[in-house]
Amino acid sequence: MILKIQHFVIFVTIACLYACNDAPKKLSKISGKQLPITDSINVTDSIDIFVAPYRKRVNEVLDSTLAFAPSQITKKDGKYNTSAGNLMADIMLSEANPVFKSRTGHEIDFVISNYGGIRSIISEGKVSARTAYEVMPFDNSIVVVAIKGKSVRDLISFLINAKNPHPIAGIQIILNNNETLKDVNIQGLPFDENRTYYVATSNYLADGGDEMGFFRDGLNTVDLNYLIRNAMIDYFKKVDTLTAKVDDRFIKIE
Amino acid sequence: MKRREFVTNSFASSAYIGMGGLSLNSCDFLSSKRITILHTNDVHSHIDPFPKEHNSFPNMGGIARRATLIQKIREENPYTLLLDAGDIFQGTPYFNFYGGELEFKLMSMLKYDAATIGNHDFDNGIEGLLAQLPFARFKLLSANYDFTNTVMNGFVEAYNTFMVNGIKIGVFGLGIKLAGLVGKELFKETVYLNPIEIAQDMSALLKKEEQCDLVICLSHLGYSYEDDQRPSDLKLAAKTDNIDLIIGGHTHTFLDKPVIRQNRLDKSVLVNQVGCYGINLGRIDFYFDSERNIHSEGISITV
Repeated sequence: MILKIQHFVIFVTIACLYACNDAPKKLSKISGKQLPITDSINVTDSIDIFVAPYRKRVNEVLDSTLAFAPSQITKKDGKYNTSAGNLMADIMLSEANPVFKSRTGHEIDFVISNYGGIRSIISEGKVSARTAYEVMPFDNSIVVVAIKGKSVRDLISFLINAKNPHPIAGIQIILNNNETLKDVNIQGLPFDENRTYYVATSNYLADGGDEMGFFRDGLNTVDLNYLIRNAMIDYFKKVDTLTAKVDDRFIKIE
Repeated sequence: MKRREFVTNSFASSAYIGMGGLSLNSCDFLSSKRITILHTNDVHSHIDPFPKEHNSFPNMGGIARRATLIQKIREENPYTLLLDAGDIFQGTPYFNFYGGELEFKLMSMLKYDAATIGNHDFDNGIEGLLAQLPFARFKLLSANYDFTNTVMNGFVEAYNTFMVNGIKIGVFGLGIKLAGLVGKELFKETVYLNPIEIAQDMSALLKKEEQCDLVICLSHLGYSYEDDQRPSDLKLAAKTDNIDLIIGGHTHTFLDKPVIRQNRLDKSVLVNQVGCYGINLGRIDFYFDSERNIHSEGISITV
């Protein structure tokens, strides 16, 4: 009996040894799926507690008041130009022009942005950096494209035919009662089809976004690596009150 | 074959059957092994969940929830690797404020094993990425970015191998062409090498020289493009061999389920990408068996 047990122990040892050498190594089956992260999953407290001080600091800075809006600023208060669009385009012009001038020696002639790029209203009351994140959540930077007068004409046609009023600054477009073009002024001077204009826009639009094809024929593009959102925050810091309103930069003579 | 004969012919074959339970505990004898791969891509600094009123992803995501899910899976199967396919940075004020420090610290707390480098990970310049490396307790892998003439030289490896429950897993990284996508002043002298050629070399090295049982590519090339000349994950799958799984990123592609493609040798490659912003976690389970337990040659894939 004792002998038998000894044999048995030896056998077990050998079997295990061989079993280990014969370890599962050959791929037999694969399964895959996506697991959505929903609110049905509890948070891991240690992670949440670790993030908390960072979150608090970010929120404090984002929510600290930079300026004041006496009334709501929206992209829905005008047919040809809007308070939100005008604010956005004016900020792009005023904040980007010094950067562009210091880099190239040239001045920005005018700005075109896109209506769809304005993602939120600015409510009446305090304006913070968070406001800029809400209006402009995308990391789009301001670029300046040099385009020929011919392309500017395409750009004007695009604006006239657009369903929505795209933000513009530095350019004035006046339509006749029958929607034909009456006047175009750029930087206060009549549009000259024979010259080149420096047009500030977002990198998204300069790359052909929103079907703004006129940038395809651009002569030269300078990316200022200056986020539109950061330009907004810089502007909010400079002014006390946001006085954006609908004006006469794009109108139809009735 | 020899050892099989030994077992079956041994005097105590009846005792051997009785021993099944014991030897299972000691060395997984006769059992299959399971390796779980969990992955994210393009999280873009999304640490908190989206707000309830968000248009696209209401109340979705959040790293503290992801941590719970990952922990649960690790408890179910400790033989798990956690990987990321790049664009860890940029997208919320957390990045603007802390430059990626928080993202790397949290990924380390979640015990990520490796990540590759996305174009947005250069957003604070190559120095900005280097500055955050001390916070990363996971490998940063890229086989087709040559950092020799940059400050990152020596901090990024082409590949890494992980021994998980006796299964050797090789993981390598691939990055997208930086010129035109990232400012030269940000990526500096980083040299982009042809990702398909590099992938072919890498996967051969991992499968043959390193003798890996599994080869995984972390790719930030993008899922697929209309332009046929542009390298993509689908192109990568078709033009290489030796890769078992491609974990993709860049195009923020929400695949309903992992996609199966045939490689150059007509073997199946899995390609997966889980959208962006930490909305989903990808999960791939690989089951290994000993030769004796596999009755057919094919691998069964369930997606």
